[in-house]
Amino acid sequence: MKQLLVLLFALPAALMASGAIEGAVEKQPLNISAIVMFLVFVGATLGITYWAAKRTKTAKDFYTAGGGITGFQNGMAIAGDYMSAASFLGISGLVYLKGYDGLIYSIGFLVGWPLILFLVAERLRNLGKYTFADVASFRLKQTPIRTLAAFGSIATVTLYLIAQMVGSGKLIQILFGLPYEVAVILVGILMILYVTFGGMLATTWVQIIKAGLLLSGATFMAIAVMAHFGFSFEALFAKAVEVHPTHDAIMSPGGLVSDPVSAISLGIALMFGTAGLPHILMRFFTVSDAKEARKSVFFATGFIGYFYILTFIIGFGAIVMVATNPHYLDAAGALIGGNNMAAIHLSHAVGGNFFLGFISAVAFATILAVVSGLTLAGASAISHDLYANVFRRGQVDEMQEMRISKMATVAMGIVAIFLGIAFEKQNIAFMVGLAFAIAASANFPVLFLSMYWKKLTTRGAVIGGSLGLATAVLLVILGPIVWVDILGNAEAVFPYKYPALFSVAVAFIGIWFFSVTDSSADGEAEREAFEAQNIRSQTGIGAEGAVSH
Amino acid sequence: MTQEMIDHINSNPKYQRLVRERSAFAWKLSIVMLVVYFAFILTIAFDPSLLGTEMGSGVTTVGIPVGIAIIFIAFILTGLYVRRANGEFDALSRDVKAELERELAKEAK
Repeated sequence: MKQLLVLLFALPAALMASGAIEGAVEKQPLNISAIVMFLVFVGATLGITYWAAKRTKTAKDFYTAGGGITGFQNGMAIAGDYMSAASFLGISGLVYLKGYDGLIYSIGFLVGWPLILFLVAERLRNLGKYTFADVASFRLKQTPIRTLAAFGSIATVTLYLIAQMVGSGKLIQILFGLPYEVAVILVGILMILYVTFGGMLATTWVQIIKAGLLLSGATFMAIAVMAHFGFSFEALFAKAVEVHPTHDAIMSPGGLVSDPVSAISLGIALMFGTAGLPHILMRFFTVSDAKEARKSVFFATGFIGYFYILTFIIGFGAIVMVATNPHYLDAAGALIGGNNMAAIHLSHAVGGNFFLGFISAVAFATILAVVSGLTLAGASAISHDLYANVFRRGQVDEMQEMRISKMATVAMGIVAIFLGIAFEKQNIAFMVGLAFAIAASANFPVLFLSMYWKKLTTRGAVIGGSLGLATAVLLVILGPIVWVDILGNAEAVFPYKYPALFSVAVAFIGIWFFSVTDSSADGEAEREAFEAQNIRSQTGIGAEGAVSH
Repeated sequence: MTQEMIDHINSNPKYQRLVRERSAFAWKLSIVMLVVYFAFILTIAFDPSLLGTEMGSGVTTVGIPVGIAIIFIAFILTGLYVRRANGEFDALSRDVKAELERELAKEAK
């Protein structure tokens, strides 16, 4: 149980689009209503996959759903990518345990989105085709930049996938009473089916449906809680303060962000990391133009913000309605299944077995949707960046590229299943934090400067981006989470949990230094090419257009 | 994109205005978001009790409305940007494209 919380304390970033449930969990008896609802979801999504498969004929269909997703749909799908099971269960669990601190994290996860809109979204849409490497390598040398970007993407996605697979195995064990391996294999097979046959179109719709279900379920729970207190926040908080073991401490910041360096570093990791996640960036190519890309962030920000307010209410509701009910507690007075189960128990408290089944099925659906998006992003980096543009130097026919991406999807799915099983008993708390650090320190600086800084050259991007990547990995290993908690050393070499402040700085300084000192003729040509790139990024002239279906 | 097109667009006053105004607007909103967020998180780092101050006689602390307000601010800022970018700026962008096509067509004759 205590281990279940390691993640929450050690690694807030893990709460985001992913995360995991740590430690050994007890297998629960089969939950019939949950399984029936889950089967309905799987049936419906496989139906969608069949429908999407018939519409997925070209590489563009496969990678970007043909660019025909609307801003609203994409906003839902982005919100879906963000509202993972770990986010839903983890943040409500954190609120349940610590009160106000849960809100602090939610806010950190949200504020990156406006910045993505203002600075990244439309330029990305105007310049890119399938992956963010398209943008980063727009005027730079294809081979080195794409290799770096693909490496950053695959590393980010794989770390995420492992965390997600292990978390899903444990969660499904708790919710459905299925053995761990069966759960992991089931998730892996379904995700391979969605992505291989339905591509981005199926992945997007699975994500949209799940986001709708999750928002509806969470809304129902929050309303039920508020109705219990006559829709008075003061009454809810007063009761929570009365029954919570730490009393009024839950109403103020509880020291999870204690020093200014950690505070700033965490902020940078969340903002820049979000803007460097390949599966999130890829979503911007599924809409027809910059206008829809902007709209999608507007809707996504609204849904995500709303969702975080709901999880806050749900967490407080659980303090009052779950923690006081012996039905949900074990002999020691702790929550059955750990604090991350707060929302699950609350669903039973407000809606009985049927609603418990619904929320459990939604949690499983959430995992499936998120791993599908991750797998598609990873497969695209392999097929579009590495195979088509690095290995074949862009000389590849579309059908062949699509075959490779499907093969890459299957391979990633199988690898994810094996890693998920291999890491069952490992401490994986650092993985999502590392994924974020890599996204913030390698993917984001190269992408951002390629769009904004004329003097960027291939040499600067490759050396600086690699330095950022290496620094992030090194500092995570030397930091308290891996060096002390996992490797068992007494004291961390690097004292901060979040390396982003340092590794992002290394990346930006490295890129700057090795670009301005690059006096090669190629570097000069790349600087000159900025003008044309900038016009396209500003106006969309020459941008990849939508294809009608 | 040919050098000719680049020159045409760069010398178009509407393009210059589009780039200038949209960048200024985007950076302004970004700075608002950054200032709001870092003010919040640094308050927590330096003086957490400030947000733990109770409002009136109840248990609700100042931190609750402040936190909720930041979520709303994030949403409102994105709304402001999208409204202006999808309206005013996109109209400018369309004009730039139309003028470019006209000029190129004229020269082609």
